[in-house]
Amino acid sequence: MSETGIGAAVRRKEDFRFLTGQGTYTDDINRPGQLHAVILRSPHAHAAIRGIDTAAAAAAAGVVAVFTAKDMAADGVGGLPCGWQIHSKDGSPMIEPPHPALATDRVRHVGDPVAVVIAETKAQAREAAELIAVDYQPLPAVASAAEAQKPGAPQLFDAAPGNLCFDWHLGDKAQADAAFARAAHVAKLDIVNNRLIPNAMEPRAAIGEYDKATGEYTLYTTSQNPHVIRLLMGAFVLHIPEHKLRVVAPDVGGGFGSKIYHYAEEAIVTWAAGKVRRPVKWTADRSESFMSDAHGRDHATHAELALDKDGKFLGLKVSTIANMGGYLSTFAPAIPTYLYATLLAGTYTTPVIYCEVKAIFTNTVPVDAYRGAGRPEATYILERLVDTAAREMRIDPAELRRRNFIPKDAYPYQTPVALQYDSGDYFTTLDKALAAADYAGFARRRDEAARRGKLRGIGLATYIEACGIAPSAVAGSLGARAGLYEAAEIRVHPTGSVTVFTGSHSHGQGHETTFAQLVADRLGIPIENVEVSHGDTDKIPFGMGTYGSRSLAVGGSAIVKALDKVVAKGRKIAAHLLEAAEADIQFKDGKYVVEGTDRAKSFGEVALTAYVPHNYPIEELEPGLDESAFYDPKNFTFPSGAHVAEVEIDRDTGIVELVNFTACDDFGRIINPLIVEGQVHGGLVQGIGQALLENCVYDPEGQLLTGSYMDYCMPRASDVPSFAVSTNTTLCTHNPLGVKGCGEAGAIGAPAAVMNAVLDALSPLGIRHLDMPASPERVWRAIQQHSLAQAAE
Amino acid sequence: MDMTGEYSIPAARQRVWEALNDPEILKQCIPGCEEIEKLSPVEWTAKVTAKVGPVKAKFGGKVTLSDLDPPNGYTITGEGTGGAAGFAKGGAKVKLSDEAAGGTLLSYTVQAQVGGKLAQIGSRLIDGASRKMADDFFARFAAIVGGEAAKAGAAGEAAAEPAISPAPPAAPAPPPAAAAAPRSEPAAAPAAPAQASARLSPIAWVVALAVIVIVILYLFAH
Repeated sequence: MSETGIGAAVRRKEDFRFLTGQGTYTDDINRPGQLHAVILRSPHAHAAIRGIDTAAAAAAAGVVAVFTAKDMAADGVGGLPCGWQIHSKDGSPMIEPPHPALATDRVRHVGDPVAVVIAETKAQAREAAELIAVDYQPLPAVASAAEAQKPGAPQLFDAAPGNLCFDWHLGDKAQADAAFARAAHVAKLDIVNNRLIPNAMEPRAAIGEYDKATGEYTLYTTSQNPHVIRLLMGAFVLHIPEHKLRVVAPDVGGGFGSKIYHYAEEAIVTWAAGKVRRPVKWTADRSESFMSDAHGRDHATHAELALDKDGKFLGLKVSTIANMGGYLSTFAPAIPTYLYATLLAGTYTTPVIYCEVKAIFTNTVPVDAYRGAGRPEATYILERLVDTAAREMRIDPAELRRRNFIPKDAYPYQTPVALQYDSGDYFTTLDKALAAADYAGFARRRDEAARRGKLRGIGLATYIEACGIAPSAVAGSLGARAGLYEAAEIRVHPTGSVTVFTGSHSHGQGHETTFAQLVADRLGIPIENVEVSHGDTDKIPFGMGTYGSRSLAVGGSAIVKALDKVVAKGRKIAAHLLEAAEADIQFKDGKYVVEGTDRAKSFGEVALTAYVPHNYPIEELEPGLDESAFYDPKNFTFPSGAHVAEVEIDRDTGIVELVNFTACDDFGRIINPLIVEGQVHGGLVQGIGQALLENCVYDPEGQLLTGSYMDYCMPRASDVPSFAVSTNTTLCTHNPLGVKGCGEAGAIGAPAAVMNAVLDALSPLGIRHLDMPASPERVWRAIQQHSLAQAAE
Repeated sequence: MDMTGEYSIPAARQRVWEALNDPEILKQCIPGCEEIEKLSPVEWTAKVTAKVGPVKAKFGGKVTLSDLDPPNGYTITGEGTGGAAGFAKGGAKVKLSDEAAGGTLLSYTVQAQVGGKLAQIGSRLIDGASRKMADDFFARFAAIVGGEAAKAGAAGEAAAEPAISPAPPAAPAPPPAAAAAPRSEPAAAPAAPAQASARLSPIAWVVALAVIVIVILYLFAH
C-alpha cells in the first residue's frame, strides 16, 4: 500500500479550502445584475386561499416582480414530480396529488410557498413580502398520521380519501400467522420513530440565471444530485430541454438526504430569472429550513416477533403508519417501503416476515430520505424487539442475537424480504464490539454506578443496511422512475495528470480525496496529479448523485471501470512504443513494462504520446486518452455492524448520560480509514441525537413548535463520549473494489443501541418501553410513574 | 397557550369601565397603539406598531365581544395577523368582581393559538412574555385610572367597589397585535351588583394581548 493509495489514511484534500473559508457555496456566488427572491410561506397548516393581493408589494421600493401560482400556471409550469411509484396491496397505484411549486387554492402545511417577491435587495424583497395580503380561510388540520387516517379527520386531498397515499405490504401474511401460531413466546412493541429535521449546516440556496443571447438557463443549487435536478426540473416542471439547462451544485455544506430532492425554490428562481431577464437568488434563512427542508422518519409501528422456546426467531410481523407530510417529496414513497420492509430481516435468519405500511398525508412538511432512510426505522424496530424478547425470555441479548445470526457459510443469503446478502460475518463483528466495550465487565460498572446512585445500562444493536442503490432493473421493478447507475470520466492530460469527472456529488463525504486515491492507486501517479470534478452538468457526463451510501460502491466502481479502459488503451500505445506484443505488456506501479525485461514506458510518456501522436498506431487507435464509463451495480451492498451503548441515568433529573459508545462495522474494503471513521462519527452523533435529543413537534393544529434551535435540540460534542470505532471486513463480492459504503451506518445502529441501553438501565424499575428521544423529562416522568406504581404495590 | 390571571384596579368599577372604553386612554396604555376603532359596541379593530430593537412592524386585527353580562363578565374573541410574524387567534373569559378593600378585581382565563413564525420560534416564551405584557399594560392602566381617581378625590370611593374585571383577551398569541381577539365565554354573572357594573372592556385586554403578541413576534421574527 502506498502512502496515498487504497487503504491509506490520506488527509482530505478539500479541507484546506474549507478550513480557510475558501469554499464556494451557492450563497457565495453572485451573478451580475442579480436580484433577490423572498418566498412568502403559509403560516397556516391547512387553509383555503381565497385571494392574494400583491398590489402593495409590487409597488414597494426595489421590487421588480411579485409572482403567484397564477403566473406560473400561465406559463405552463408543471408541479414537482415524484420519482418513485408504489402500488397498494390491491394493485392500485399510490395516490399522487399535484404538488405545485407555489400553492394554488390551498396550503397544506406551515411553510407551503404561496408567493415570491423579487427585488433589488433581499431586505426590500422581505419588506415587500410583508405587504402581500393573502386571504386565507383556515381549515381543520391534522399533523399526526395516526390521527389523519381515522374517520372524521381533516382531509388534505379529495383524491386521497382517509388521507391514504398507499396501503402496501411485503411478505406472506398467512405464513407469518402460521409461524406465530407455533411460537413459544411473542414479543410485542408499539413504537414511534420520531420525526427529525435534517439541519444541514448550510441552508438551501438557489440562483437562477437566463442567458438572453443563447436562451440557456443555469441553476446554481445546493443539491446532492445536479443531473437529477436537471432532469426533473427541465422535463417535468419548466419544460426546458437538457441542452438549454445547466445545473451546478458547487460546494455544498451537508445534505444527509435533504438535498436530494427537487424543491420548489429551484424551479421558482429558474423560471423567474427567465421572466425578469436577470439572475435571481434565493437563500433560505434557518427558519425556512425548518419548515421547508424535507423531514425524516415519523413512523408509528406495531411489531411482533415470534420465537420458539430456545429463542430462535420464527416470524416477524410489522404494521407501520408512515407520515408522508402534505405532499409527496421526490423519493418519499420508497423510504417506508422498499428501503424499510426489505431490511427487516436484519442480520437474522427469521424465516417469515410480513410488513404492511400505510402512508398517510398530513398537514406537515413532506417527509423523505434522511441519513439511513428506512433502514434506521427497520433496525430500530427489530433491535428493540430483540432486546424486549431477550428480557422477557431471560436470555442474554448478545446470546439471543448469536442464536439467530445468519451463519458465516450461508452467503449468498436470500432473505424472506426480497434481498440477497452477498457477504458478511456478524459473529466476529459482534464479538469484536463486545470485547472493545468490555461487555463482560458491565455488571461491575453497573454496581459501581449504583453506589453513586446512578442507573447504568448497556445496550446492543446489530444492523444490516442495503446500500449502493441499486441495479436499475430491480429498482425499476420496484417503482423507481429513474436508473440508479453512476457515470465517470477519466481525462488524462498530455503530461499525465488526471481529472476525474464523477456523477457522485460530494457535500462532506470527501470524494475529492477518496476518488483521487483510487486513481493514484490504479495509475501509479502522485495523488497531487489528480483532480476530482463533480457537481456541474456542463462538465460531468451524467450522474445520479449521492445518497444511500452509494458514492464509492457505485460512483467509485464507475471510476474504476473508466480507469480500466484508460489502462487498456495505454497498453496498446505502450506496445507500439516498445515494439512488443500487447499481451506481453504489464502495467504496474505507473509503468508499462515488457514482461520479463527492463524495457518500460511510464504512464506519463504514454499519455504524452496519446496527445502528441508522432509515433502512434494511428491506423488502429484514436489519439487522446480520455475514457468514460457507466456502472450499474449487480446488487445492493450490505454493510453491517454491531454497536454497543452504555448510559448512566440520574434518577432525580432523568438526565441520560451516554458514557461509552463502541462500534464495529463491516464496510467492505476501506479506501481511506480516516474518512470512514469521520463518516461513522458523524452518523453516530446523528443517531444519538435522534435517541436522546432531537424531536420535531407539531401541535394538534399543525403548527410547527420546534422551528428553531431553541426548541429543536441538536447534539453537540459535549453530548457524546469519545467513540471506540473499529471494523471487521468482509468484501463485497460483486463490485470491482469490494466496497460496501459507510455513510449512514452510525445513524442506523446508534438509536437502537442507545435506547436499548436506556431501557436496560430503567428495567429494574419495571420500565419496558420509552419512545425517542429519551429526554430528561420523559425519563423522569417514567421513573416517577413506575416508582409510584412500585410504592403502591 | 392557556393563561389565567387577575388584576386589581384601584378605581370604581364604573370609572374603570369607562376608561376601558375610552380609546384615548387605551392608546396611552398600549405601547405603539396607533388606532383603535369601534365598529360597533361589540366589534373593534386596532392597529399597533411595535418596535423591538431595530425591528418595527404593524399588526392589525379584529375583536369581537359576546356573552355580555355587564357587570360580571363576557367573552372576547379575536384574531389578528402580523405579516411574516404569523397570526394569532384566541379568546378569553373575563370576570369582574368587587374587592373587599374597594377597587375592582379583574380575572381572566385565556386560550390562544399562534401560528407561523410565532409558533415556530416563540411558543415556549409566549407565556412569560404575555404575562409581562399584561402586567405592563395594567400597570399603566392602573396608574392612569387610579391617578385620575385620586385627583378627583374619589379614590376612596373607588376603592369601595370591587370592580373591574376585565377581560383580558387573552389571546396572546397572536401577533397581530391589536387585533387579536380572545374569546371567552363567560358570562357569568347575572346581575349586577350594586355599583356600576364594571365590565371591563375587552378592548383593553385585547389590546394588551395584541401588544404582547406583537412584541413576541418582532423579537422572533427578526
